[in-house]
Amino acid sequence: MNSPIVSAQRVSKRFDKFQALTDVSIDVEKGEVVCIVGPSGSGKTTFLRCINQLESIDGGSLWVDGELAGYRVEADVVHRLPDKEIARQRHLTGMVFQRFNLFPHRTALENIIEGPIHVLRQPRREALDMAQGLLARVGLAAKAGSYPSELSGGQQQRVAIARALAMKPKLMLFDEPTSALDAELVGEVLAVMKDVAATGMTMVVVTHELNFAREVADKVVFMSEGRVIETGSPDRVLTNPEEARTRSFLSAVLSGNSEAA
Amino acid sequence: MSIVAIDIAQMKRAKPRHYGRWLGALVLLLCLGYLVYAFAVGKIDWGTVGNYLFHPRILWAVGMTIFLSVVSMTIGVIIGTFTALGRSSRNPVISSIAAFYTWLFRGAPILLQLLIWYNLALIFPVIGIPGIWEADTVRIMSPLAAALIAFSLHEGAYTSEVIRSGLLSVDAGQHEAAKSIGMSYGLAFRRIIGPQALRIVIPPLSNEFIGLLKMSALASVIGFLELTGTAQDIYYVNTKIMEMLFVATAWYLVVVSMFSLGQFWLERRLARGFVYGGKHG
Repeated sequence: MNSPIVSAQRVSKRFDKFQALTDVSIDVEKGEVVCIVGPSGSGKTTFLRCINQLESIDGGSLWVDGELAGYRVEADVVHRLPDKEIARQRHLTGMVFQRFNLFPHRTALENIIEGPIHVLRQPRREALDMAQGLLARVGLAAKAGSYPSELSGGQQQRVAIARALAMKPKLMLFDEPTSALDAELVGEVLAVMKDVAATGMTMVVVTHELNFAREVADKVVFMSEGRVIETGSPDRVLTNPEEARTRSFLSAVLSGNSEAA
Repeated sequence: MSIVAIDIAQMKRAKPRHYGRWLGALVLLLCLGYLVYAFAVGKIDWGTVGNYLFHPRILWAVGMTIFLSVVSMTIGVIIGTFTALGRSSRNPVISSIAAFYTWLFRGAPILLQLLIWYNLALIFPVIGIPGIWEADTVRIMSPLAAALIAFSLHEGAYTSEVIRSGLLSVDAGQHEAAKSIGMSYGLAFRRIIGPQALRIVIPPLSNEFIGLLKMSALASVIGFLELTGTAQDIYYVNTKIMEMLFVATAWYLVVVSMFSLGQFWLERRLARGFVYGGKHG
């Protein structure tokens, strides 16, 4: 009943000679907001992409909403799931990308209704009503007819969040959603994410925004060199870390921030 | 020079003098004038040109040239799309077949391909499915059939590379975004990747089509009555060589202009959402 939405059991992943993930074990409970922080190249984005099966894992096991992601086990033999099954598993999770990845040939509204109409097979009328509601929720009701190229980065990312929410996911994944934004646009995207978190959505957020993590996360995971170094409440991991590597990462980030300010 | 607070908006502006342009235009005009003169005094019977421009045989030939090109291009683009997708297939059998097909039909001269298809009866006297339907190859392989097959396969090989480059030009993030909202590969291709690739491939495909329109003249060697061949057939009889070649040239220009307009319209439609030049922040 209370099984976690995401359960990673000693997940490993390698790209050719590069070991991207080693023994990563993370549980995400329903309604939880988990922030993954760590230096670049630490495997946090790779882990997120494994949850959404944009990458497949090599070892361990990854469970999403009670199903083994990407594989089927039959009499101790592992079978890769067919693409159709993977597509079905995938739309339980919404994904927000660092570079937005809106469809440039569709308006903001059309970006949002694309999945509901063609994947969920919702009636057009219904999908349009829901999309208008979502646009209003991210503060872009007036931009329904704008193409992505006519929107600022912050606006594009808010449309991307609405597009992911339109699939009614059980889990939202955010891959460094504010890293590609100009500093003055970061706040509007974080505000929308806080709003989504407040509705009880389960979220896994890879981010460099430590203040956001402190304020919104139920749990913070610090990763380095493909491993989970420590996990705990934001206060524990971000204020009183036990591990030396976490401390050195935090002091590097904080001094960087103070220089920028 | 000392600094003075002048305002150039309040001053008279010197007009730039484009000596080079005027000289160039003059030379061009002289050349053009000479050409017109040469054509006027040359042995060209302009009356014959006018008489044959809308001659039923010429009009039929224009229709046949357009028909052959449009049908071959359509089939070619369909084959080319599947070949382009096949090239990037994870299945090694499919990707090898696609690569081999492109290599063969892009490598062999189109003139030879036309002749080989037309003379297919020399290798396969009878075609069909044994016991169900069979026919003499000579009867089936008419000049039109041979030309359609040869040009379709040739265009398929050429356009597959154009389409492949169009597909590669679509950002990997678009594939991932389509996947992330649960789209299958086919749906993502139809709704997201295809339309964006189409915008990229329309100019080179139009080029390819215009090339095909003129290349279709080669079908005259197997006796297909297209524009160039028909013009030749007529001047063999009436000996008005230049006149008939002008008639054919005029029609090629008309047809190409027509399709160029279509290309312009198509490009404008597909440009929706894309900003050229200026950048939005």
